[in-house]
Amino acid sequence: MTDTDTDTGTTAAAVATDLQDERLRRRTGVKGALAGGLDRIRGGDLGLVPVILGLVVIAIVFQSLNQNFLSSANLGNLLMESVPVGMISLGLVCVLLTGQIDLSVGSVSGLSSAITAVLFVNQGMSPWLAVAAAVAGGAIIGLVYSQVFIRFGVPSFVITLAGLLAFMGVQLKVLGKDGSINLPFDSGLVRFAQLDFVPGWLSYVFVVAIAAGLFGTGWLGARERRLAKLSATSTAVLAARSVAVLIGFGAVVWYLDRGRGIGWMFVLFVVLALLLNYALTRTGWGKSVYAVGGNVEAARRAGINVNAIYTSVFVLGTSLAAAGGVLAAARLAAANQSSGGGDVNLNAIAAVVIGGTSLFGGRGSAFSALLGILVIQSISSGLTLLNLDSAYRFTVTGVVLLLAVMLDSVARKSRASHGRA
Amino acid sequence: MRQPAAEAPEAGTRGVLSLRGISKTFGAVAALADIDLDVSAGEVLALVGDNGAGKSTLVKVLSGVHAPTAGTITFQDEQVTISSPAVAQRLGIATVYQDLALCENLNVIENLFLGQEIRPTRLNSVAMEVRSWELLRQLSAKLPTLRIPIASLSGGQRQTVAIARSLLGDPKVVVLDEPTAALGVAQTAEVLNLVERLRDNGHAVIMISHSMPDVRAVADTVAVLRLGRNNGVFPVRDVSNEDIIAAITGATDNVVTRRAERSGGAAPGTKSDTVPGGDTPPGEDDPS
Ligand SMILES: Nc1ncnc2c1ncn2[C@@H]1O[C@H](COP(=O)(O)OP(=O)(O)OP(=O)(O)O)[C@@H](O)[C@H]1O
Ligand SMILES: [Mg+2]
Repeated sequence: MTDTDTDTGTTAAAVATDLQDERLRRRTGVKGALAGGLDRIRGGDLGLVPVILGLVVIAIVFQSLNQNFLSSANLGNLLMESVPVGMISLGLVCVLLTGQIDLSVGSVSGLSSAITAVLFVNQGMSPWLAVAAAVAGGAIIGLVYSQVFIRFGVPSFVITLAGLLAFMGVQLKVLGKDGSINLPFDSGLVRFAQLDFVPGWLSYVFVVAIAAGLFGTGWLGARERRLAKLSATSTAVLAARSVAVLIGFGAVVWYLDRGRGIGWMFVLFVVLALLLNYALTRTGWGKSVYAVGGNVEAARRAGINVNAIYTSVFVLGTSLAAAGGVLAAARLAAANQSSGGGDVNLNAIAAVVIGGTSLFGGRGSAFSALLGILVIQSISSGLTLLNLDSAYRFTVTGVVLLLAVMLDSVARKSRASHGRA
Repeated sequence: MRQPAAEAPEAGTRGVLSLRGISKTFGAVAALADIDLDVSAGEVLALVGDNGAGKSTLVKVLSGVHAPTAGTITFQDEQVTISSPAVAQRLGIATVYQDLALCENLNVIENLFLGQEIRPTRLNSVAMEVRSWELLRQLSAKLPTLRIPIASLSGGQRQTVAIARSLLGDPKVVVLDEPTAALGVAQTAEVLNLVERLRDNGHAVIMISHSMPDVRAVADTVAVLRLGRNNGVFPVRDVSNEDIIAAITGATDNVVTRRAERSGGAAPGTKSDTVPGGDTPPGEDDPS
């Protein structure tokens, strides 16, 4: 960048359109960007900071209790293990953003596991057709939910609570007498969920691509803003960010590659999270989702088809829950009566909330599913390493969930006093 | 975005919007009964009336929030059914609601373009930000930044945002429900300027206000609602404030005249600037 003035807006004539108000404090360069971030956090706009800090604390605690926690093998396994429920959480993010909830995601994922196994193993269908059928089944469930919600105005809490029970029943029926179906170990599905890892060189290519992509889109965006006489992130900040990503992710990949590396299933999860993030932040649909969660009536008066938005999030929620169920079956190489049962449902919901998506709608991000499930899975993995059974896992996860919600409430108060909604 | 009707109306000559026999009941309450109303391109119609007279209800009928119980709406010579806000938007009826209807969790730009984003599959945030600044500067908005959620704005700033919102996409009819209620002196003047500009550009404007000076400053016609019914339509030039107030309150001997007599016998319209029921006299708010 030759013209640094437009970056910083130092000369009066060159002050960017959006920086002209004299009450604005000017911040420049890498330091300024950091200071701005700190300000936001103090104002209660915590974003993903608490969950990242939480992960660090968990890592330190468990590593000090058991040397194996941070081993490449354990971390690689942990990432793979978090995908099925993480997938469910991804769909839940959308539902929670509109201020609704889906309590049946566990049952829907269990039903989807059963459908996949029955169609694939018992009926001899192609596995990919079986998967498509299971996900389509999930989508239909979401469609039914949204119609009941829209037409009869039944609270989503109740609709999906009914769904939780109903689909648990359907799952048992689908599985039939034996109650358990094993998937063949040599099937592509099981291999994908257990054995397919990204070759080392390709993981580094991914890291470089991510860092370059981040810099490229940032730079193009900044140039467009400068041309429009708006303030823009300076190239130095963009470069610093990309270098940080390059080093950080590069180190992670290097470390994981000493074990089995990164599974393709985890890559799929991250790609879906990125896609959802794009849809939520960069499309009209995404803005509508946030608007409906913030103020339905205002959204309706703005001409948004509110019913279509509700339908889309419920369908997305149950479809991704079904996809999560498929992956869970693949990972376990079996579908049985307890698929999708136990703590799956609550873990999926807890992950989203721990990740910082508000239960009250209108606030959150796709990455909350990714980071939240990592917290839950880390706790679970750490306790397993310590030979502590699920009794401890339930309790610790419960406490963490409560902490996350408490933090959200404190942040909300702080936002109110700092005028950030 | 918009799919407007055929040709642009000639200013001031024909009705853009006519209501005939509009009624609206909420349970046992008849909020509107048999309302007739006409507004032409290039005309500013002030809609006045006491609190609860049904002004906002009428606005909501026009903007598709409430369906009328009875009556017909004619828009540009065609009978229309405004079944939803999206329909009103498509016809070219833009509304600033009394309660503003903004999303507190979204920032100013997102609120301005809500439901009418530029390039919805890959948001053009730069174009939207530039246009937002343009619109808001035009209204003398005093906003330090547009990237903060609406919740952090003052009441008047929010109102300015709501007004700016209604101007996106060149509407045919702009309906303003108490647009200046929370505004400072400069911002009120800008809104009045804006109303005049809209009129000069051939838009039809329906403005609800409790402020007589504002009404007299910009309106061509005053329509009075009283208890949900029409209570007279006057050309502003030929009518005194007393007559309007009498129509609003329903009697020449009313609380406003009696109060004026007590405090020195001056004519009520010259003494009191605000119509009864006006909850925020102009200029009282600190210009934010
Ligand atoms: N959603 C509703 N449900 C029931 N009654 C309503 C509803 N909306 C308005 N009303 C009633 O309709 C009548 C007219 O209300 P409206 O809001 O139109 O008054 P207004 O003329 O805008 O008054 P103001 O000057 O106070 O804004 C009131 O008696 C009110 O109680
Ligand atoms: Mg009103």
